Amino acid sequence: MEPDPVTRRATHVVHLTVNGEDRGGVAEARTSLADFLRRELGLTGTHLGCEQGVCGACTIIVDGAAVRSCLMLAAAASGAVVETVEGLADGGELSPLQRAFRRHHAVQCGFCTSGFLMSITAALRDGPVETEDQARDVLSGNICRCTGYAGMVKAVLEASAETS
Amino acid sequence: MKPAPFTYHAPASAGEALALLAEHGDEAKVLAGGQSLLPLLNFRLARPGHLIDINRLPGLDAVERTPGGWRIPALVRQRTAERSAGLAAAAPLLADALRQVAHPQIRNRGTVCGSLAHADSAAELPSAMVALDAAMTIAAASGPRQVSAAEFFQFHLTTAVEPEELLLAVEFGDPGPGTYTAFEEFAPRRGDFCLAGVAVTAAFAADGTVTRCRIVAAAVAPKPLRLTSAEELVLGTTLGAAACAAAQEAAASQVNPAGDIHASAAFRRKLTGVLVRRALVKVRARKEDGDGA
Amino acid sequence: MIGARIERREDHRLLTGQGKFLDDLDMPGVFEAAFLRSPHGHARILGIDVNAALDLPGVIGVFTGEDIRPMMKPLPAKVAHPDLQEIPRLPMALDAVHHAGEPVAVVVAISRYVAEDAVDLIDVDYEVLPAISSTAAALAPGAPLAHEGARDNIAVHVVQRAGDPDAAIASAPHVLSETFRVTRGGGHSMECRAVAARFDTATGQLVVWDSTQAPHYARNALANLYDMPEDDIRLIAPADVGGGFGPKAQFYGEEAVVPWVAMQLGQPVKWIEDRQENFVAAMMERTQVHRVQVAFDDDGMLLALKDVFEHDQGAYVAGLQVPMITLSTVPGQYKIPNIHTELYSCYTNMVPTSSVRGAGRPQAVVAMERMMDRIAEYLGTDPAEVRRRNLIQPDEFPYKTGLLFRDGSPQSYDSGDYPELLRGVLERAGYDAWRTRQEQVRAQGRLIGIGIACYVEGCGLGPYEGAKARLTNRGEVLVTLAAAPQGQGYETVYAQIASAAMGLDMRYIRVVTGDTGRIPFGQGTFASRITATAGPAVLQACRALRDRIFHTAAIMLKIEGENFIFRGDRVTVPHDESVAVTLQQVTQVANVGKHGITLLRGVQPGLETSSYFAPEQAAYASGTHAAVVEVDPETGRIEILKYVIGHDCGTVINPLLVDGQVLGGFAAGIGNAMYEEQFYDDAAQPLTTSYLDFSLPSSAEVPPVELFHVQSPSPLNPLGAKGAGEGGTIPAPAAIANAVEDALRPFGARINELPVTPSRVIDAIEGGGS
Repeated sequence: MEPDPVTRRATHVVHLTVNGEDRGGVAEARTSLADFLRRELGLTGTHLGCEQGVCGACTIIVDGAAVRSCLMLAAAASGAVVETVEGLADGGELSPLQRAFRRHHAVQCGFCTSGFLMSITAALRDGPVETEDQARDVLSGNICRCTGYAGMVKAVLEASAETS
Repeated sequence: MKPAPFTYHAPASAGEALALLAEHGDEAKVLAGGQSLLPLLNFRLARPGHLIDINRLPGLDAVERTPGGWRIPALVRQRTAERSAGLAAAAPLLADALRQVAHPQIRNRGTVCGSLAHADSAAELPSAMVALDAAMTIAAASGPRQVSAAEFFQFHLTTAVEPEELLLAVEFGDPGPGTYTAFEEFAPRRGDFCLAGVAVTAAFAADGTVTRCRIVAAAVAPKPLRLTSAEELVLGTTLGAAACAAAQEAAASQVNPAGDIHASAAFRRKLTGVLVRRALVKVRARKEDGDGA
Repeated sequence: MIGARIERREDHRLLTGQGKFLDDLDMPGVFEAAFLRSPHGHARILGIDVNAALDLPGVIGVFTGEDIRPMMKPLPAKVAHPDLQEIPRLPMALDAVHHAGEPVAVVVAISRYVAEDAVDLIDVDYEVLPAISSTAAALAPGAPLAHEGARDNIAVHVVQRAGDPDAAIASAPHVLSETFRVTRGGGHSMECRAVAARFDTATGQLVVWDSTQAPHYARNALANLYDMPEDDIRLIAPADVGGGFGPKAQFYGEEAVVPWVAMQLGQPVKWIEDRQENFVAAMMERTQVHRVQVAFDDDGMLLALKDVFEHDQGAYVAGLQVPMITLSTVPGQYKIPNIHTELYSCYTNMVPTSSVRGAGRPQAVVAMERMMDRIAEYLGTDPAEVRRRNLIQPDEFPYKTGLLFRDGSPQSYDSGDYPELLRGVLERAGYDAWRTRQEQVRAQGRLIGIGIACYVEGCGLGPYEGAKARLTNRGEVLVTLAAAPQGQGYETVYAQIASAAMGLDMRYIRVVTGDTGRIPFGQGTFASRITATAGPAVLQACRALRDRIFHTAAIMLKIEGENFIFRGDRVTVPHDESVAVTLQQVTQVANVGKHGITLLRGVQPGLETSSYFAPEQAAYASGTHAAVVEVDPETGRIEILKYVIGHDCGTVINPLLVDGQVLGGFAAGIGNAMYEEQFYDDAAQPLTTSYLDFSLPSSAEVPPVELFHVQSPSPLNPLGAKGAGEGGTIPAPAAIANAVEDALRPFGARINELPVTPSRVIDAIEGGGS
């Protein structure tokens, strides 16, 4: 690739399948996958809360597994199949998990919500979540400062019951 | 918090990776899962000029059965190892330890070898590998070499891997019949680095006495620490309450941890002893249930 | 409508990744800023060399304090005091820095990546000075000064007294004393702070987007700094702000610098605070050291309270609201005839402190409620009973404590039912059964403890909050709030209130928030005040709009003296719904009009109303928490077995959302109680600057809660509302500490420091104190 005309730094072509569509762009080597999705592809539903891999706001699904998009480089992810929050609703129709989040007031400010939804979506594909303890375990890799998690626990259990 | 600039390489073979490492040496960092490296890059605490991404190296992403043991190559994700039924049956200690590493979102990406190469003194996998008497295969331009886990870990964040070398795999033998294990740790929150952790493997003779035992502590020394004084006290016993209690005391007096903002030295010392006892009690319970490897 | 459990309008966009947080907004051509921050707690700046940074490709501009001198004025303290030793807080450092993280220079570049590269290239010559890293260090005799040239390290010393506390203590049969320490935590909104700005040369207007809780407050600050008319600055809090919790209700140097450099460069600029910056620059709260004395009689009846406390104000006084709130929150729900509260607010060389969810109240509750347990222990009386005897009774309102509240008025509790809160909590917790079980398991070496904590929260503060209501060209009612939400669901709650006020279906009502270009005056979302202030404003504005719509409809329909109602979007009369006009028709007549054609006789054009509600004083919410814990005596791990919250925020507008506020606040309280702690070393270097070192509670740490409401409507506003945002937080640290100490009673261990971590528990067991 030609270097960036302003910074004169090397760039890399990145090809991804995002929510079923082929998407491509150019990124400097150090560009995180999160920044690439947000800035290059305009998918701003994925948020950055810490860039330290802890808060989980940037969680997306890459090649079937929930991962922190702040801890992946776009260049290294080229070729991957990526799912983001923008792909969860079918047309305008909310998924059962999204509906359960709404019903149980599992959203307040909504900044962390995308990451939770992606973590839970991946977990529910592995099998049902049947107890409150299991639900809390599934949620424990993401941080929410608003809700106290109670609504989310209910939402996970209900979405699991509905989909499995 | 964005990384400082670096040049990105994605070699297609181990040979290519080694050539890049030979060329860039100290200036280069190896990227596998990136779950320890990327935070350091984001903080600009690490500023390598070159990043060598080994994720495109072939044949390193599956757990392998070897004659008499197991081999975990460099690109096996922690989650893959955790979900390997064969590995979990053969080495439940490793499965126990893996489940306590951070959260699934990190284990999905992080590799077993990456955690070992990072060698954080509070990480679970290094002490588990020392307890399993594992050996690391390190690729170098001159050919691969093997070092034991005990030699591999040298200090907090420091291993036997030289700048121009690459950790290729970790291997360990099948635990013999009558071997039981446990991994116990204390972390303030689910998924945190532990304040103290203990890995135990114990082999029992037909008469129920312990013939071999390794007790290895995490997070209380700059590298995994074998608690030899506790090991000696349980050898030859049936892991009765008295032996476990004696091991607790010996372990607590052997360790000399540092205090920090998360835990006082005295607390870490006490905790190490308590975890040793609890791990030994669990080993004995597993033996009684026939729940071993 | 009021009292209905209604799902939120905001959720669809947030659940589908279509939220509009500041960094999600599409701003073509925007450049990005990064700040160079002080690495030292206290230092003189001898020189700054920015040449290498300016030479880096992709850099648009670099500004130091010197470069922004034209707007360099001190940022005033939000709440001051006549005795305050005020030290200027500048938007960016000029010749000295007073905490690690203080902004020293700003780089604007084509990306945040390049901006950070350039920050690394700025060379600053510092002369490091001694730094103050605790209130104890600040107050030590001969201590170095946190600010060179200051009188001492005391920002303000304030005493409040009611009755004759000294005489009461001197003559009391029993007096107990203790020292409690509560440490720093933070707001930790998941979205950090963010500011973007663009100067529109065509209109001469500066447009600022700010992830703030207080858009009008920020707009006013900018107008003052830039010496611009308020109309020339439009400050917008985006529809989605990713949490606030207090720190975003303050005004910071970065908010002043970013729009200024955008104007200087003639280019749009945005700054997105990252988490590492948030740890060293966003305001924090909590560190206080309380030396408490309680005097009581043989029955445990309180005779006097004396609480002298040190407050860590940080490097600057951004406002005295927190310690001023503490001063009057200590007595809580109890009748205490003689009170002495005394504040030493200290300058230190750490991040300035200001309100964080709870805002000075959790510390006050720790001081009071921990002592209530000590009284019970001393007398051998049940701690619930000691509390019950001392509670203010429902027929004693308005109740004057004898102290002044932070709003400047004599503290007068407006309403409440404290005995019912306590009774309800004990019953739901199964208090008596747990006491029995506690005895049983103690014999087996197991440690169960029960903790209670009660509080009163002054909230719903003035001066005022405003709302406008307008019938739009589309025939919908647009409610415009000055206040901006950070997750509280204003688009839903205020549509509910408007709907109730008008008798109009919510679907014809839309709510917009947080834009100074839409409504000129407002205060902001803080101190759990909005429902009690903006709520009545919406109620009044919407009632007035309804009356004006009905008045117009009467003229259009040529009928008089009728009671009009809404049916869908039609204005009609109950007995004959065929007589009707639609809202669309009404707006066509009264608002849109026809050029040159005379209006129907009697129609008053311009269907727009506004209302500003100014409460006469704070409203007082209250609550009681009970925690049952089990402590592992070997590891210090605390397991919460049961947690009950009794909560009284007056009228509950939307129970779904109010429960969400309480439970969310509770999670923050658990963080304060057990996990969150901001550490500094002796040189005032922050030791916790990432979530690897600073622990926020996850779902695995926050236990299930049983929550119930007692509704004592406030007589101070027509909704009867009080604040709901902080009641989950305020007593949680005290309740947990009480429970843990109760569990450890066989060891005589003392829990005098929060958070209660496993390490502190073990150290307390082994040392008999913490």
